[in-house]
Amino acid sequence: MNTPIPGSPLPNSLRTGPDERGRFGEFGGRFVAETLMPLILEVEAAYRAARADPSYQAEIERLLRDYVGRPSPLWFAERLSEELGGARIYFKRDELNHTGAHKINSCVGQILLARRMGKTRIIAETGAGQHGVATATVCALFGLPCTVYMGATDVERQKPNVFRMKLLGAEVRAVTSGAGTLKDAMNEALRDWVANVHDTYYLIGTVAGPHPYPMMVRDFQCVIGEEAKAQLQAATGRLPDVAVACIGGGSNAMGLFHPFLDDRSVRLVGVEAAGDGLDTERHAASLSRGRPGVLHGNRTYLLQDADGQIQEAHSISAGLDYPGVGPEHSWLHDIGRVEYAAATDQEALAAFQLCTRTEGIIPALEPAHALAHVAKIAPGMDRDAIVLMNLCGRGDKDIFTVADALGVKL
Amino acid sequence: MSRIEARFAQLRREGRGALITFLEAWDPDHDTSAAMLRGMPAAGADLIEIGVPFSDPMADGPIIQAAGKRALRAGATLARTLALVRDFRAGDAATPIVLMGYLNPILSYGTERFCTDAAAAGVDGLIVVDLPAEESDLLAPLAARAGLDIIRLVAPTTTDARMPHVLDGSSGFVYYVAITGITGTRSASGDELAAALPRIRRVTKLPVAIGFGVRTPTQAAEAVRVADAAVVASALIDTMAATLDTRGHATETTVPTVLAGVKALADAVRAARAGM
Repeated sequence: MNTPIPGSPLPNSLRTGPDERGRFGEFGGRFVAETLMPLILEVEAAYRAARADPSYQAEIERLLRDYVGRPSPLWFAERLSEELGGARIYFKRDELNHTGAHKINSCVGQILLARRMGKTRIIAETGAGQHGVATATVCALFGLPCTVYMGATDVERQKPNVFRMKLLGAEVRAVTSGAGTLKDAMNEALRDWVANVHDTYYLIGTVAGPHPYPMMVRDFQCVIGEEAKAQLQAATGRLPDVAVACIGGGSNAMGLFHPFLDDRSVRLVGVEAAGDGLDTERHAASLSRGRPGVLHGNRTYLLQDADGQIQEAHSISAGLDYPGVGPEHSWLHDIGRVEYAAATDQEALAAFQLCTRTEGIIPALEPAHALAHVAKIAPGMDRDAIVLMNLCGRGDKDIFTVADALGVKL
Repeated sequence: MSRIEARFAQLRREGRGALITFLEAWDPDHDTSAAMLRGMPAAGADLIEIGVPFSDPMADGPIIQAAGKRALRAGATLARTLALVRDFRAGDAATPIVLMGYLNPILSYGTERFCTDAAAAGVDGLIVVDLPAEESDLLAPLAARAGLDIIRLVAPTTTDARMPHVLDGSSGFVYYVAITGITGTRSASGDELAAALPRIRRVTKLPVAIGFGVRTPTQAAEAVRVADAAVVASALIDTMAATLDTRGHATETTVPTVLAGVKALADAVRAARAGM
């Protein structure tokens, strides 16, 4: 056996997936119609070639540094830690990225890939609108036409982001099929792609979809965990005891967790949206309450009925409102390396306000779910314990939703 | 010899192409779809494709999406779709039935149990839209053991180099998706079809059916001049949907209108090769 290259995954590493079929254990794969299959294979070949090209990596680094504003800071949330009275809480501040969330990390890598492939039109799906805004942003930067599919329900509850996308020159198509949320937007984007395979690149926002997307988006988002690991090392000289992130499709969580997968002392906790509660019918907790199936090109945990029909997810946070989850999370769930918890709408709202008051940071409703879990576990931990949380988006887009939930008229 | 093989052999002897008609199980309700299914062979359908309703039909356009929605609202499930076939089979031993749908309901039912039950109900072949050759090992061995044909889709984007891989292990017939796009949207030209067919024929001896965008009797006739079968789906559902009342329920014109549509298509398909 060859000696491992320094810094490369160890032989017993959890970071070597997916296999050549795009699988993480039994999850993942390429479950798409034959019309798309040749294109999926082309995306994979182009990505593998790009990844080995130093000029591609250098261009990503330049854009992340000078355009996105990376590295994002690591912030010791001292007042919040005192308020909760336990572990020291650190925020990885990906809400300070250009466009206000982690989504742009992957958009930068993917738009450069689309250009290398000679594609001249970009499509995307979006839930909260953060991925739509990030995609519209990189399309404006590179002068490419952009169509964003967004569920009609989400268009209504995320109006500021819809307007942002339009300002950036994107066409926003409201999708009325199904419940008009992220799942339906993804169906419609896939339909567009099938009809326009010759010139169109589908810029998927999360670590789901057919292989190579879960791997590719994860690779681009790993910058979150890599930076945080180095920053925490510099600030405290050690690893966190727990790392926490919210899970919709799971891209920000995968980006935070992946660089820590082989550090077995670090507990990793993904927080799903429990909506009205896990034991109600209105939640988005596919890992806690779903079972494996196939949707949107990959095998993963899904919310589905006894007949295999996909159920609608429910969450106050549009970005977590998805009945599936990235396949690598399904695998990490089954092997027990990552714990998956859940926070309700009400818990997220409380955490949203707690963060705003104690730290002067208005978080998006998505990471407010992660914070709700931190607020549950931190008080029971030692004062020298460290909790690292990904603050993956800022809350400007959510102020109308929050006002409405709190009964405030703006 | 399977029903599909026997039917194509018979049509070859008669020197004509096949009309494959489509209906979505339980659209708009059980009784109406059962009546359409029963009436289709006499109206001229040579094979019948039954759509299995799924909540997220990613390869389908608005017409079949709406059909699936009506069917699910009426109570359709995969088990009830199999029951529909079983009832049909009690009165028709010869017309091949192909189920077309998505993978998740089959996984949920259990792949092995599904193949056994489908074969027992009288299903002859399966088209699983989101199960490409790369993932086919999930279902193909079980289907083969149960005597079900796995019918593969070939698309305009399928390269010549990829074609043998796609058709490896396929049986029954080959379904050529004539356009890059979703169902019920646009149609391929006669020239495009004429250019596509030799690519497939070089790789397989199986009969080739053309679907996606075959809407009118003229287009169906055009399709069987170059291929072995024409699949008409969205156009028949459109015809049916136009007969529904404002609440989406069937009326007394629903079944006869659809069967008249099938007959018009069948007449065109049967006359297509005359004088060729």
